[in-house]
Amino acid sequence: MANVLQGVGAATALSATKSIDSRKFHLPSRRSLSERKGSFLVVRSDGRRIQGSRARRAEQLITSAVATKADSSAASTASKPGHELLLFEALREGLEEEMDRDPHVCVMGEDVGHYGGSYKVTRGLADKYGDLRVLDTPIAENSFTGMGIGAAMTGLRPIVEGMNMGFLLLAFNQISNNCGMLHYTSGGQFKIPIVIRGPGGVGRQLGAEHSQRLESYFQSIPGIQMVACSTPYNAKGLMKAAIRSENPVILFEHVLLYNLKERIPDEEYICSLEEAEMVRPGEHVTILTYSRMRYHVMQAAKTLVNKGYDPEVIDIRSLKPFDLYTIGNSVKKTHRVLIVEECMRTGGIGASLTAAITENFHDYLDAPVVCLSSQDVPTPYAGTLEEWTVVQPAQIVTAVEKLCQ
Amino acid sequence: MALCMRKSAKVINHLNSNMGLVGMINLLSPWRSALFHHQEFSVTAPVAQTLGNPDADSSIKATHFSSRRFKSTKTDKQLNSLNDADDNKVYWEAHHPRILDFPGGKVRFTPEMRFISESPEERTRCYRILNDGGQLIMGSNVIQVSEELAVKMYTDMIILQTMDTLFYEAQRQGRISFYLTTIGEEAINIATAAALTIDDCVFPQYREPGVLLWRGFTLQEFANQCFGNKADYGKGRQMPIHYGSNKHNYFTVSSTIATQIPHAVGAAYSLKMDRKRACAVTFFGDGGTSEGDFHAALNFAAVMEAPVIFICRNNGWAISTPTSDQFRSDGVVVRGRAYGVRSIRVDGNDALAMYSAVQVAREMAISEHRPILIEALTYRVGHHSTSDDSTKYRPANEIEWWKLARDPVSRFRKWIESNGWWSSEAESDFRSSVREQLLHAIQVAEKVEKPPVADMFTDVYDFPPSNLHEQEKLLKETIRRHPQDYPSDVPS
Repeated sequence: MANVLQGVGAATALSATKSIDSRKFHLPSRRSLSERKGSFLVVRSDGRRIQGSRARRAEQLITSAVATKADSSAASTASKPGHELLLFEALREGLEEEMDRDPHVCVMGEDVGHYGGSYKVTRGLADKYGDLRVLDTPIAENSFTGMGIGAAMTGLRPIVEGMNMGFLLLAFNQISNNCGMLHYTSGGQFKIPIVIRGPGGVGRQLGAEHSQRLESYFQSIPGIQMVACSTPYNAKGLMKAAIRSENPVILFEHVLLYNLKERIPDEEYICSLEEAEMVRPGEHVTILTYSRMRYHVMQAAKTLVNKGYDPEVIDIRSLKPFDLYTIGNSVKKTHRVLIVEECMRTGGIGASLTAAITENFHDYLDAPVVCLSSQDVPTPYAGTLEEWTVVQPAQIVTAVEKLCQ
Repeated sequence: MALCMRKSAKVINHLNSNMGLVGMINLLSPWRSALFHHQEFSVTAPVAQTLGNPDADSSIKATHFSSRRFKSTKTDKQLNSLNDADDNKVYWEAHHPRILDFPGGKVRFTPEMRFISESPEERTRCYRILNDGGQLIMGSNVIQVSEELAVKMYTDMIILQTMDTLFYEAQRQGRISFYLTTIGEEAINIATAAALTIDDCVFPQYREPGVLLWRGFTLQEFANQCFGNKADYGKGRQMPIHYGSNKHNYFTVSSTIATQIPHAVGAAYSLKMDRKRACAVTFFGDGGTSEGDFHAALNFAAVMEAPVIFICRNNGWAISTPTSDQFRSDGVVVRGRAYGVRSIRVDGNDALAMYSAVQVAREMAISEHRPILIEALTYRVGHHSTSDDSTKYRPANEIEWWKLARDPVSRFRKWIESNGWWSSEAESDFRSSVREQLLHAIQVAEKVEKPPVADMFTDVYDFPPSNLHEQEKLLKETIRRHPQDYPSDVPS
């Protein structure tokens, strides 16, 4: 452990004061951990790691924890703490740990049991816990969400999986009228500790109906919390936190991020449901993003750094409520905000975030808040058209340049 | 197909010599239906080919078989017993399947094209043990009801009637904003509750306050909810009659129709996982059975083998929609079989029948882990709610008739009076006492303070987040600045 502290103190300027406290490595104080992780272990959806001086320095931080020699990839893989896994495996790990910890946790959804889930998040769980605790449901989203709510009110902690987030539109009645409301209308007598999760967002030519961004439709419902995961680390942490939360939580995953690989700690940890993640601190502009767009932003950040800009990238993670504390501090520092999202322009998360920032931090802004979102069109099937509906790194670079003039 | 037709003519000619005209007529019908229905044809076609082909080894034997086959459907067994050679048997079996394993199980084929009728010849019979005069019907198998239980059931029905009268009047006087009566359905409410235990989770629609009453909810607690005052368990957040009490295992009423049905299935799933000797019970009306949630919930419950009792109060009306416009099936009970759910139709105005049926259903649900559907036939004597005037869509004399001649409460009273457990003095004493108590409760509830403004923001989440804190501060600020624009009896 002592090696670590020295290594950290000597090598880095970016995460200086916070990292020295060793407690922060383990406790759910995610800021320092996520700072480090975010800055060097960002893996793009196509698998390439971001090369850069910052990245290499951060790698030295990890290896010096265990090995005293300089890192060679073979040795470092073996001696690095933590274990490597893909995002869907991280979700499964979080789920499994919680199911081990609390016998009330159960999963229900289409094809989650014996098939293991359409994205393999629940693979093997039915064999381990039985097919009552990992329940295959008939195709009736409104009803199995209702079932989950009834089970939650009687003491279970169900996790309802929508095979694709878009299918949960069928469950809107139960989510809005009952899930969000019953704790309130019953005067606090009945609580609903349910987690509703599933993959959403624009994939690779999945068609309009399978490319819905439900966070924009759900954000108005009172009584629910919404979080979006983007890395294996925060996927596992958010999954665990969502299960432990007494409120109904909707966890948004992204279809294209399931195969991200990252090394995560062996020790148990959870991520706070209401905190944003500082991906890359900077001085010139605050870029707020979440889920898959984080990777487009980080790719743009690389270009921007080469052009001499210093963007601060924050993965907001908590879509409802917004972490205005972290966001506010960033705005006060940089005075310029760019929001990059996958939602559509009208009524999306970006729209609400723009309103919240303008209302609360107007005096700190040197320029109007810029929001890059998808167009207000159903997602086309054709690959080229689909690419144009999603915000690309080049657009982000242009927007930052314009914002920083 | 044409080829086979020619062969079939040969067949008919061939067989003609063996059978009389009657045989011919019997022959023709499967062929005719086969013309229109391809599938039938595929079963019988091989027969024709075998017959038409003189070179087939089994042709002579096949002829024998085929003649018997056309005569009756019992030929299968006869065919097998007649066929000695195993080769021929295997050949026959392979080319003339009688049963096939489709996904979902074995199904027998039939050459007869028969559609299942959309309505049964006779409607499902209704279980009833107390006639209109309050006498036990001969031959009924009744679960014993003690005097104590019977009197409690009856007195609770009186309380329910009194509540309906006084709260309805209170709404008309403008003291509460809304009310919904249970007139005509008292037996369903009370008898069902009497047959359940406190461990059974109840998911009501909105016309079942009697269940809560039976479990011990006091008149004051009812009044508090209707007035939405500080003592209301719902903290004034819901409309009147949207009762809920976790200590009575009665889940808060949600205005949306039929959403509670899958909730009940989820609760049953939870009870099953915990191995509790209890079930979930949910109520809904005839209109609620049209909602998608009803169908999916029944389906789920059957697939999951969940211990849940679905009780449909088929009272003939969904606001102004009569059941003839709601569904065309034989009521709700037949839908149970469609989903693989055991079901029964009961006279909802017969308290003893309801009590027996629910008790047995509960036992079945818990010990066999299965859902049960109970359709309770009844009539909605009152209006849908205080926002409705049902004389607009149904004749007043129909309402009157059901109110007087088919009243479940008086029917039960006749029965307990005949047992010597009740009298008219007891009746008038009890009624006036309840009326007095309820009037008092209403007066008290009216005077109790309303919930404070802070209660508007609590329980949205377990702990209020920052945005709600902000909004609460803003609201209190606004009220402080413009007190004349806000109600004065709401404490801050």
